[in-house]
Amino acid sequence: MISAPPSTDRTLNLGPIEQIPPGEGRRFQIGNVPVAVFRARDGQVFATQALCTHKAGPLADGIMGAGKIVCPLHSYTFDLATGAPLGHTCKALKTYPVSLSADGDILLSIEGQRPSSREGKQP
Amino acid sequence: MITKQQLVVVGNGMAGARFVEDVLARGGRDRFSITMFGEEPYGNYNRILLSSVMAGSHDPKDIFLNSLGWYEENGVKLHAGVRVGWIDRLSKKVYAPGGVTAAYDKLVIATGSSAFVPPMGGLYDQSGEFKPGVFAFRTLDDCDRMIKYAGKARRAAVIGGGLLGLEAARGLLNRGLEVHVVHLMSYLMEAQLDALAGGMLHRLLEKMGVRILLEKFTTAVLGDDAVTGLAFKDGSKLDCDMVVISAGIRANVDLAKQSGLTVERGIVVHDDLSCRNDTNVYAIGECAQHRGQVYGLVAPIWEQARVLADVLTGGNKRALYTGSRVSTKLKVMGIELAVMGDKDPKREDDEVVTYVEPSRGVYKKLIVREGRLAGAILLGDGLAAPRLLQVFDREDPMLDDRSELLFPMSGEAKTPSVAEIPDTAQICNCNGVSKGKIVAAVKAGCRTVKAVCDATRAGTGCGSCKPQVQAVVAFACDGAVEEDPAAHYYVPGVALTKPALIKAVREQDLRSVSAVFKGLAGGREDLGSKVGLASLLKTVWGKEYEDERDARFINDRVHANIQKDGTFSVIPRIYGGVTSPEQLRRIADVAEKYNARMVKITGGQRIDLLGIPKEKLPDVWNDLGMPSGHAYTKAFRTCKTCVGTDFCRYGVGDSTGLGIKIEKRFQGIESPHKMKLATAGCPRNCSEATTKDIGAVAIEGGKWEVYIGGAAGSRVRKGDVLCIVDSQDDVLKCMGRFMQYYRENGKYLERTYDFVERTGIDALRRLLVDDADGICARLDADIQAAVDAYDDPWTESRKPVHPNQFAGTVAVAGR
Ligand SMILES: Cc1cc2nc3c(=O)[nH]c(=O)nc-3n(C[C@H](O)[C@H](O)[C@H](O)COP(=O)(O)OP(=O)(O)OC[C@H]3O[C@@H](n4cnc5c(N)ncnc54)[C@H](O)[C@@H]3O)c2cc1C
Ligand code: SF4
Ligand code: FES
Repeated sequence: MISAPPSTDRTLNLGPIEQIPPGEGRRFQIGNVPVAVFRARDGQVFATQALCTHKAGPLADGIMGAGKIVCPLHSYTFDLATGAPLGHTCKALKTYPVSLSADGDILLSIEGQRPSSREGKQP
Repeated sequence: MITKQQLVVVGNGMAGARFVEDVLARGGRDRFSITMFGEEPYGNYNRILLSSVMAGSHDPKDIFLNSLGWYEENGVKLHAGVRVGWIDRLSKKVYAPGGVTAAYDKLVIATGSSAFVPPMGGLYDQSGEFKPGVFAFRTLDDCDRMIKYAGKARRAAVIGGGLLGLEAARGLLNRGLEVHVVHLMSYLMEAQLDALAGGMLHRLLEKMGVRILLEKFTTAVLGDDAVTGLAFKDGSKLDCDMVVISAGIRANVDLAKQSGLTVERGIVVHDDLSCRNDTNVYAIGECAQHRGQVYGLVAPIWEQARVLADVLTGGNKRALYTGSRVSTKLKVMGIELAVMGDKDPKREDDEVVTYVEPSRGVYKKLIVREGRLAGAILLGDGLAAPRLLQVFDREDPMLDDRSELLFPMSGEAKTPSVAEIPDTAQICNCNGVSKGKIVAAVKAGCRTVKAVCDATRAGTGCGSCKPQVQAVVAFACDGAVEEDPAAHYYVPGVALTKPALIKAVREQDLRSVSAVFKGLAGGREDLGSKVGLASLLKTVWGKEYEDERDARFINDRVHANIQKDGTFSVIPRIYGGVTSPEQLRRIADVAEKYNARMVKITGGQRIDLLGIPKEKLPDVWNDLGMPSGHAYTKAFRTCKTCVGTDFCRYGVGDSTGLGIKIEKRFQGIESPHKMKLATAGCPRNCSEATTKDIGAVAIEGGKWEVYIGGAAGSRVRKGDVLCIVDSQDDVLKCMGRFMQYYRENGKYLERTYDFVERTGIDALRRLLVDDADGICARLDADIQAAVDAYDDPWTESRKPVHPNQFAGTVAVAGR
C-alpha cells in the first residue's frame, strides 16, 4: 500500500480499474467519505455515494446494468450518471466525476478529500 | 401558421393532470403551449391509492400515473414543487415565488382541497408546524411521514370517523398500532350512511380491533414536545402518541378569492366550467362549485376534466357539464359498501325498502321515489351493487318486485354472467366506462386486458373493477383473450418465453448473460433480466456455463445472505438436520471468534450465524470446515426431517436417512425459486412434509407418498401427491425428475406451488409418472448431470474468483 498520493487535492488516483470486476461496483474510502465506484461492462465508470438514500443499503453490492444500479436491500433503482431515483421518491444519490487514465487507473474528483491510507487515522 | 395559445393549469393533482391528458388526447398540443404548476414536487400520482400505500398493500412507486419524463415528452412545461401565489387577471399572468411567471390566454384552476383542521389547542409547535406526531392525510408526503412515525408509535387516535378517517385507521392497524377513532357525531360515516348502517359498520370495525369513541369533541392535543394524548370537552382524555386529523376537507380557494373570482364553498363555475366573472378562467376538481355542489370523489371530477378538454380544444364546443349523480363503491377496511343518492327519505311518499341481517353484517336499503331509485345503501353485499348502480345511474324505472334488485339471482348462479349485463352497464365507476365501450375497444383490436385499459382508461382509478373488466374482455374476445405477451417472457429484457429462450440459447450457443443480450436483445443490457438469465443459463449449460459474476445477486457472489445492515448470515449445511457434539462445538467456537451477533435455529432446522461482515466470510467458512447450506440462493435449500424409525414409536419409514440422502444428492441445485423439502416417517407429518415444495411421507408397507407444490408461507397450500413409490431410491428419482422439469419450465421466481397449479397436477402425473411424452429418461439424465456438476461454493474462500471478491472496502492504492 502506498500512502502518499501525488494527486492534486481534488483529483485522486484510486489505482487500477482491475480492482473492480467487470460489471460490478466496489466501495472505496476517501478520507471520511465512502464512495461506490462502478465499472460497466462497456468500459464506462461511475462513482456515487456508497450508501443508498433509502435505508443506507450498500450500493456497491447492487446489480448494475444499462447505466443504472439496483440497491441490494430493497431493489430501488438509481441512474448512475446523475444519481436520480428511478420510479421511486427517495433522494437522488450524490455522484462524483470519475474517469480512467491512459493506463487504466481510476481518477476520482472529490472536493477537499484525500484518500485514506494505512498511516492515516481513518476508521 | 396559427400561433399557439398559452394554456396554464394551476394544480397538478387528479383533476389538473387528467385534464391535460385529455387535452393532449384531443390534439391539443397543436393549439396550446401548456404550462402546469404543481405544489407537490412530483409528476402526478393516484391520490386514491394513498390509502393502499398507508395500508402497506401498494408501494409508493406503484401509484405514479405520470413521471416527470412524461411531461417533457408531451411538451408540457411543468413547474413541479412550485405554488402559484397570485393571479393578475388584468395582465393575464400568474406569479409564483422566485420570480416565476407565466402568461395565459386560458387559465385552469385545479387546486383541489386540503384537510380541514378543526380548531383545538396544542396542535402546533413554536415554528407553527404540526407538533411531532400530528398528521393530516392528503398527500404522498403526508403518507410518507405518517408511515415513518407509525414505525415507532404504539397507539394512534384518528380524529374523524368518515371514509378517509376509517381508511387511515385501517392503515395504522395494519402497521401494528392500537387505533382509536374519535368521532364527533353519534355514528360513523354519517355523510353516507344512516344510523342503522353506521351502527353495523361500527360493530364490524370493532371486531377487527378498532376502538371507537362517539360524540367526542376534541379540545386539545396534549404533550409538550410531541403528542402524548387528546383532551375532550367532556373532561375525559385519551393517551396516544400519534394523531391523524381527518375531519373533512376544505377547497383550496384562497388563490381564486384574492384574484377576485367568485367563491362560495368552492370557485363558482358555469356549465362550461368557466368562472362566473371571468370566461378565460376555468375551475375543475374539488376546488370547483357547480350548481351548488362541490364534489369530493374522482369520478365526477374526471368527468369535469373531460368536458373542459372538449370545450377548450373545440372537439365539442357545446360540451357542457350538467352535474353528476354521485354513487360510489367504497372499500372501508375490506368491508363491501356501496352508496348512492339519498341516504334517507326526503319526501313523505318516498318508499323505503330495507333488509337487515345483523349477524352477518348485511344491510340493504333502497329509497324509491316516483318509481325510480333515489338512493341506496348496500353494506356487506357486493353482489347486488352493480345492478343497483346501473338502475340508479340511468334512472331506470324500478321493477315492481323490489326483492329482485336486493337479492340478485338468488338461486344457484350468484353473479350475473357478463353476457347478461346490458351494454350500458357501467363497469369502471371512476372513469365511467361501460361494458359497451370495453366491447368496442376489443372489436377495434385491443386483445389484451392492458390494451383495453390503456384505450378506455377502465381500471385506472381505484382499480376495484379490474376483475370485471377482465371478465368483459374475455367475453368480448369469445374467450380468446390474448394476454399481454410480455407477461409470458421469462425476463422482461428478452422477448421470449422460457422454452423459446432455452431453444435459442442452445441453438446459438449462448453461454453467458452478455452473450444473450448480444444475441437476443440487440445488444441492450437490461438489469432487471440479468439474474434470471444467469439462473437459466446455469440450468441449461451446467459446468459449461460462462459465469459472469456481475449477473449474480450479491448473495450469490459471496455465498451468504445479506441482512438489513449490510452484514451477512452464514448457515452451514447440516445434512437432514442431524448434527453432532463435535460439530456444535466448532460452530460455537466460530460464533464466538467472529462475534456473531445472533446464533439462531432456523425454520429449516439449521443453525444461522448472523451479523458477519463480508470480508470475514472466507475465514468463517474455513474455520467451520463445513459445506455451504445454500440458504441464500434460489436453489434447493434444506430437507427438514422428523426422527422417523430410529427413535419414534410411530415411524414406519426412515425419514432421517432419506432426508440426508436427499440433501447430499440435491445440494446446490439451482431452480427458478427456492425449494424447501421435508420427509416424515409417518402420516402424522411432524416435519410438515405435505406443505413443502417437495415432500415425502412414509406410509404402511414400506411405501412413500411424494408430495409436490405445498406451501406454508404467505400462502398456505397442501401439496399434491405426485405418486406413491416403494423405495427411497424411487423417491429420489421422482423428486429429481420433478425438480428438473420445474427448472426447465418454471418462470423465474415462480415457486413450485404456483408452478404446479399453473401446469396442473394431472398433466404433471402424465408427464413425470406415466411418461406420456417420453421425456423422463432425458430429465433423469439432466438432473444427474446437474448433481455431478455440483461444487461447494465455499471453497472460494481459498480460491476467490477475484482478489476483491470479499472486499468490504477497497483500500485505496494511490500512486
Ligand atoms: C387518502 C385519500 C383517499 C381517497 N380515496 C378516494 C376513493 O376511494 N374514491 C374517490 O373517488 N376519491 C377518493 N379520494 C378523493 C380524491 O382523491 C379527490 O377527490 C381528488 O384527488 C381531487 O382531485 P383534485 O385535482 O381536485 O385535487 P388534488 O388531487 O388534491 O390536486 C390538487 C393539486 O393542486 C396543488 N395545488 C394546490 N394549490 C396550488 C397552487 N396555488 N399552486 C400550485 N399547485 C397547487 C396541490 O398541491 C395538489 O397537488 C381520496 C382522497 C384521499 C386523500
Ligand atoms: S411423522 Fe411419524 S415418524 Fe415422524 S416423528 Fe412424527 S410420528 Fe414419528
Ligand atoms: S436501502 Fe437501498 S433500496 Fe432500501
